Amino acid sequence: MAELRGRDVPFRGGGFRPGHIRYVGIAVFVVLLLLIEAGTRAGWISNLTLPRPSDVIGTLWSLAKTGLLWEHLIPSVGRFLVGSAMGVGAGIAVGVAIGLFSLARAGLVPLVAAIFPIPKIALLPLFVIWFGIGESSKYALIALGTFTPTVVATYGAVDNVDRALIRMGQSFGLSWASIVRKIVLPGAMPGILSGLRVSLAIAIILLTAAEMIGARYGIGAYVLEAGSLYDLERLFAGVAILSIMGVIVNWLVGRAEAYLLRWRG
Amino acid sequence: MELRLEEIRHAYGQTEVLDGISLDVPSGQILCLIGPSGCGKSTLLRIAGGLERPVSGRVVQVGEPEGSSLNPLTYIFQDFALLPWRSVAGNVALVLEDHGLSRAEIAEITEDVLTRTGLIDFREAFPKSLSGGMKQRVAIARALAVKPAVWLMDEPLSALDAQTRELLMDDLVGLWTRAPFTAIYVTHNLAEAVRLGHRIAVLSRRPGRVREIVEVRTPLEARRTADPQLEAHQRRLWSLIRDEAKAADRELIGG
Repeated sequence: MAELRGRDVPFRGGGFRPGHIRYVGIAVFVVLLLLIEAGTRAGWISNLTLPRPSDVIGTLWSLAKTGLLWEHLIPSVGRFLVGSAMGVGAGIAVGVAIGLFSLARAGLVPLVAAIFPIPKIALLPLFVIWFGIGESSKYALIALGTFTPTVVATYGAVDNVDRALIRMGQSFGLSWASIVRKIVLPGAMPGILSGLRVSLAIAIILLTAAEMIGARYGIGAYVLEAGSLYDLERLFAGVAILSIMGVIVNWLVGRAEAYLLRWRG
Repeated sequence: MELRLEEIRHAYGQTEVLDGISLDVPSGQILCLIGPSGCGKSTLLRIAGGLERPVSGRVVQVGEPEGSSLNPLTYIFQDFALLPWRSVAGNVALVLEDHGLSRAEIAEITEDVLTRTGLIDFREAFPKSLSGGMKQRVAIARALAVKPAVWLMDEPLSALDAQTRELLMDDLVGLWTRAPFTAIYVTHNLAEAVRLGHRIAVLSRRPGRVREIVEVRTPLEARRTADPQLEAHQRRLWSLIRDEAKAADRELIGG
């Protein structure tokens, strides 16, 4: 029999499947910080450009030790929680209404589209007039900023709920409330939660902006004060706190997803 | 309880789908509906159970359903329609929760129907970990839980592979012989129709009309695959819809 000759079929099915690799994220941070540290120490990064990471960490440490950190952090976290709870709560309610009722959809979708692109920071003076310089104007700013993205994410998620499941619910004579609570809301939950990641990041941005105007305490006030004194260590310490807040919020949403969407496996 | 369809006409916009369909579903019998794709058989089934309103004609329940029936007209869907966020037991419980039953009663009914469908060991499993056949068994258990007077089955085995289909057909025959139920069974599979149908209504292509009603007299439990009599019925059904199916296949969708 003749010898079998030929080429191997080349493999071409790889890629396009990003997986999960641990510790790389942290390694990127560490390498970047070490580079800056080395650069500032050796002098190829001037200390007007960037502060030394070790100095920033020192500033953070002394902030925590003197208790000043908590004086700034606690009001910020409070504003973040109250403002985003109001915005997200109202956003989910309005989003579900748009998803379920033709009249709400016809009336509110254009309104939301009109509000969404307005930079909410530009409205801060208006909120100060409406709600005063105190906490309410900050809540209102954060609430409005989280409201629109939550509405858009929620009604998109409700639209994507499998109609066959809703029809099943109707065919078994489930009540309207049961269909909404047991079929529509759980079905929309993945979309609502991924919208939450976006809206909570926006909440942190707006929190800082609100605290830059008319607040004595708060991370935003701290960053503003440091910036106006060109105190880069304190500026970066404040920015680092905001970043860490963002990472924590993202992690919390991830935990909520793992719990609420455990059926996806 | 009997179900009677009287002169059902339906159209989507300008497209006529059903053209005056009248059918009787006598108590304790399975009526199969077959016809070329797009002939409106699924639409007719949705109309029969009140999920869609026909342009004209009516669906009449003759007689009262048994008092214990929680949902007289109950569907089995082709895509199973299980809630992925509920376990097997949770999916069955879903349809019992709106009927003012106590927790204990719900648990008891759920346990009973899961035992009858051989799913009791899977009660905590989620749909994503079940095979297609098991998913449809859950849907059958869910339907059993509400004690239907008429089962409305929309191509229940079409999403399954051939072997699973055989097994589930045996299950359905078993369920029927133990307690004869009334059903409309929509399918495009002629073998299913001759295995499960007491009568088989052949619809023409769009706009659907009843072309013929074939009666299969062999008792359900005596029907076997490759039974010459059943094969003769199947050949006859095929000859009835072959040309229609061919013509329907060449039509533009939505045209």
